[in-house]
Amino acid sequence: MLKFTAEHEWLKLEGDVATVGITQHAADQLGDLVFVELPEVGAELTKDGNAATVESVKAASDVYSPLDGEVTEVNQAIVDDPSLVNSDPQGAAWFFKLKLKNVSDVEGLMDEAAYKDLIG
Amino acid sequence: MDDQAALRTTPLHALHISLGAKMVPFAGYDMPVQYPLGVMKEHLHTRAEAGLFDVSHMGQVIVKAKSGEYADAALALEKLVPVDILGLKEGRQRYGFFTDANGGILDDLMITNRGDHLLVVVNAACKDQDVAHMKANLADCDVTLLEDRALIALQGPRAQAVLAELWAGVSGMKFMDVREVPLHDVPCIISRSGYSGEDGFEISVPEAHAVEVAKALLEHPDCEAIGLGARDSLRLEAGLCLYGNDIDTTTSPIEASLEWALQKARKAGGDREGGFPGAERILGELANGTTRRRVGLKPEGKAPVRSHAKLYADAEGKTELGEVTSGTFGPSVEGPVAMGYLPVSHTDAGTQVYAEVRGKYLPMTVTALPFITPTYKR
Repeated sequence: MLKFTAEHEWLKLEGDVATVGITQHAADQLGDLVFVELPEVGAELTKDGNAATVESVKAASDVYSPLDGEVTEVNQAIVDDPSLVNSDPQGAAWFFKLKLKNVSDVEGLMDEAAYKDLIG
Repeated sequence: MDDQAALRTTPLHALHISLGAKMVPFAGYDMPVQYPLGVMKEHLHTRAEAGLFDVSHMGQVIVKAKSGEYADAALALEKLVPVDILGLKEGRQRYGFFTDANGGILDDLMITNRGDHLLVVVNAACKDQDVAHMKANLADCDVTLLEDRALIALQGPRAQAVLAELWAGVSGMKFMDVREVPLHDVPCIISRSGYSGEDGFEISVPEAHAVEVAKALLEHPDCEAIGLGARDSLRLEAGLCLYGNDIDTTTSPIEASLEWALQKARKAGGDREGGFPGAERILGELANGTTRRRVGLKPEGKAPVRSHAKLYADAEGKTELGEVTSGTFGPSVEGPVAMGYLPVSHTDAGTQVYAEVRGKYLPMTVTALPFITPTYKR
């Protein structure tokens, strides 16, 4: 199940673990990424709190946690090669996996149709 | 939307839109920050081939003495600018800056001897203030802001080849030469200079013909349109100051490591020593040094360190030293690059300092500027 936030993160739920990344729209808006900083495995994230930082040539931007949970895994590949986020943001360039505190919170997020309406 | 409506546009605005540029407000103008190529590729293309930049937002100003004599205009402008303008030969250009009474920098500018007058190019954000400053202080000169000319920069190792398609004589120009030449029968003023660290040109074009000249240059397969994003990373790798970031009224030219711009004639013992605002401080700093200097800074990790990041002597953030004034990722350097001010105790190349970024203290090394090897055709 793919869900989206108004802050342009996507979330894919498998069991009680969500894989999180940024949307194609966000990657296009940010431009060429040159730096990615991910949370530590084991970090407790809160909904809408800072989870990661991405930087383009021009500027730094925050990536927020879509829900409450604990980081179980991070994607070192995008730290080693930030341009992956531009080329495959909704696939190979996922950011981190989050063991959700309350799986049912996912229902409060947008589905793909609602997100597409948001970005026009 | 009111902000949008108030933005000014350059004669190339419609061309930028047609090329798919992402437009942003800059110094009161709606300007292209990048094209579909993207900042990274635009930067690398300029270093490898040739890039075309719209810099029409900058102020092009004619300073002409009422007497009609170049020397009178030059001596008048020397009262505001601490460089040798009288000694500038016809068809030559020189870098300078307006200083204030405290020895701070009001703006930086390019100055050309155009025979019987001066052509001055100033920053967009400062141009109204600069024109007012010159009008108020150059009583025996006519100061005219040219509102009807575009300015196109063509930068990169293939810039000469691109421009040669329109004017074969371009290869005879050297760095900082200025010539008036027809391109497609349009009278243009071409200088061999720029803001990228590469060989290149800035071409002043009557606005009615700006699109035609820009399109003719872009027709060359080696030439791409480049936005303000890459312009900033190019100039930073080249160690060139951005007014408002790296220099302003709180920085003297000597603190800013720009003493190379002051020629002998204006320094102590020179024919026209001093005689510009802030001369006492600036000549004093030339003789006795300053307490801080602008330096290049190379972050050791991969994280860009941006302007206003605080600099410390230690990794715990105990002893604050200064601040980063410009910082980004350098596509040609393949890593982050920055500039900032440090006390002279910490300005030797190889000195390690720490920048505060998101609560961490990241090591940076003081590095000689520029970060790249310029290809100016001297």
